[in-house]
Amino acid sequence: MTHPPPRRTRTLAVSALARVEGEGALTIRTRRGRVVGAELRIYEAPRLFEALLRGRDAADAPDVTARICGICPVAYQMSAVAAVEQAFGVFVAPAAAMLRRLLYCGEWIASHALHVHFLHAPDFLGHDGALAMAQASPELAAVVRRGLRLKQAGSAIMTLVGGRDVHPVSPCVGGFHAVPRVAAVRALRDPLRRALDDAVATVAWAAGLDIPDVAVAHEWMALRHPDEYPICSGRLATTGGLDAPVEAFLDHVEEVQVPWSTALHARRRGRDVVHATGPLARWNLNAAVATPRAREAAAAAHLPVPCTNPALGIVVRAVEMVVALEEAVRLVETWEPPLAPAVGWTPRAGVGHAVTEAPRGLLYHRYVIDDVGRIVEARIVPPTSQNQEAIEADLRQAAAGFVALPQDEAVLAAEKVIRHWDPCISCATHFLRLRVEEAR
Amino acid sequence: MERLRLGVFKLASCDGCQLSVLACVDALLAVADRLEVVYFPEIMRRPLRGQLDVALVEGSVSTAAPVAEVRRVRERTRLLVTLGACAHAGGVQALRNLADGRAMLRAVYARPEYVASLARSTPVADHVAVDYELRGCPPAPAQVAQVLAACLDGRLPRLRDEPVCAECKRAGAACVLVAHGTPCAGPVTHAGCGALCPRQGRGCYACFGPAPDAEVPALIARLEAVGMPRAAAVRLLQTINAWAPAFRDADAGGRAPHTTRAGHGR
Repeated sequence: MTHPPPRRTRTLAVSALARVEGEGALTIRTRRGRVVGAELRIYEAPRLFEALLRGRDAADAPDVTARICGICPVAYQMSAVAAVEQAFGVFVAPAAAMLRRLLYCGEWIASHALHVHFLHAPDFLGHDGALAMAQASPELAAVVRRGLRLKQAGSAIMTLVGGRDVHPVSPCVGGFHAVPRVAAVRALRDPLRRALDDAVATVAWAAGLDIPDVAVAHEWMALRHPDEYPICSGRLATTGGLDAPVEAFLDHVEEVQVPWSTALHARRRGRDVVHATGPLARWNLNAAVATPRAREAAAAAHLPVPCTNPALGIVVRAVEMVVALEEAVRLVETWEPPLAPAVGWTPRAGVGHAVTEAPRGLLYHRYVIDDVGRIVEARIVPPTSQNQEAIEADLRQAAAGFVALPQDEAVLAAEKVIRHWDPCISCATHFLRLRVEEAR
Repeated sequence: MERLRLGVFKLASCDGCQLSVLACVDALLAVADRLEVVYFPEIMRRPLRGQLDVALVEGSVSTAAPVAEVRRVRERTRLLVTLGACAHAGGVQALRNLADGRAMLRAVYARPEYVASLARSTPVADHVAVDYELRGCPPAPAQVAQVLAACLDGRLPRLRDEPVCAECKRAGAACVLVAHGTPCAGPVTHAGCGALCPRQGRGCYACFGPAPDAEVPALIARLEAVGMPRAAAVRLLQTINAWAPAFRDADAGGRAPHTTRAGHGR
């Protein structure tokens, strides 16, 4: 694929966004050996979700937006239902809110287990993937099996609560179409406790990997909650001091289109900083309210707060698996079913916003809805769109160290920088085409 | 023993079907002496080399590059199996085929000229010969395992070609449409999910695409009879598999003789 000739910087405000997923390439430009540009090029086909939601029932939003991502469909469903419920003035029963948090924990566990073991770990161990790891030694085979058990624990939660783990069918505006039987929920406790031990072991194992010492200077942005590690609710916060309601998201983040990517870039509005979202951001803003065994495991692994090394993402994700599993155990032990799976609602005209914490970071939905409940306008800002600038900044920072290497080694080094961010599953592991262009 | 060479490919999609493949990793490791995963960029960093016995393809053809890519995959593959609704019917992104795709692009991107998108999202079978199409959004992992088992046996998979209703009946689940008047696409939707939604008390939303001989106009009339507006009934079918031939003309079929009740129907 050829790259368009270098242009002057363009900054373009846009009104809506297509989703980010999958296929990426990378261009790094140098001038006399100096790195002058790094572009993460996402050429994944645009699927135009915001446009195809227009005119549809707002109640369809969770089923449609789930299809944006097969790895984190629950995140899309949870942001969608919360935004529509805000517009309709619907308050879900506490028992339904608990069940949503449990379902979301399942997705964090499954997604993080996948990234830690299948996508990230092979980079530290010199393998091309986890299948090769599993065949390399009995020790690594045990690690891969542990990863599969963890992924299975997350999937088991999603399958029980959601009906299936990819594109669950139970969540709806107002609550759930159906809730599981209490006995089935309680029966998850023992397997989840075992998975919790696996997750704690994974923290120690991940911390023992040969992790490069890097420090980046991004502004970390996540939900912040006074009492719990934030998943479904909280206020918008940054390490730069921002503290705002989630409805103000677009006052603080704007999207611009760049010619080299089908994913819009989300930037801090009116501030000359690169912001980043995801597990590191959550940890940096919420470590104090992490669950007890998670804090303990993090301390034993010497995980700093704040953590400014994206390579340590593998440890932070492992710690977040501990958080999600402790939460899941608590929830399956205490959950009691609501009187009805969903509360009733009638459509009304309005605007609804929601931010929830997808495994990869902050996910914003906004819907303008008409008086019969149809979507007039949809706006979705996924985490990867927000992290592109941080990834490119990290590439520029790291590139000086690898542009002089032979092509194969330089490509691998660049890929590793990107995979630290878990930008999305296929993007993160696709073979990247690295072009080093000599600028005139 | 010669090992079966398997490749997994992705076009325009959400990666969810590949997760259904990944859910079979235990099984893949267990048959590693008979089956070798040689290409699976979602989980391994290895370039594609040589011929393949089986290619699993997720996603629709939505930009120009995949047209050539699926042809290259076809040329080097003995058995090409597509996974899921995007590959089978263009996926949810094929909703743009029923609308003005260019206008949609303008609605999302300030500079649509930067984006090389085709006007339509199309199934893989529109571009190359496909040996087997596994349905679903996503296909159930157990079905992926059955497909892989069939490949190891050197035969085509034998999955039931029937509507969701058959699965409901076998599960002993009450019909949500008959018993509760809940709009359900089950009668015209391909089986494979295990009647997931009706068994949860919600109507099927057709994510496995049309069943064989789907009587779409009859279902739409039935949905109108339980109070679902005609346009909503059409949208129910035209969501995940909007471009499937049996669904894409859903609003052009015979108009129902009467509408008994107005209302939202949810």
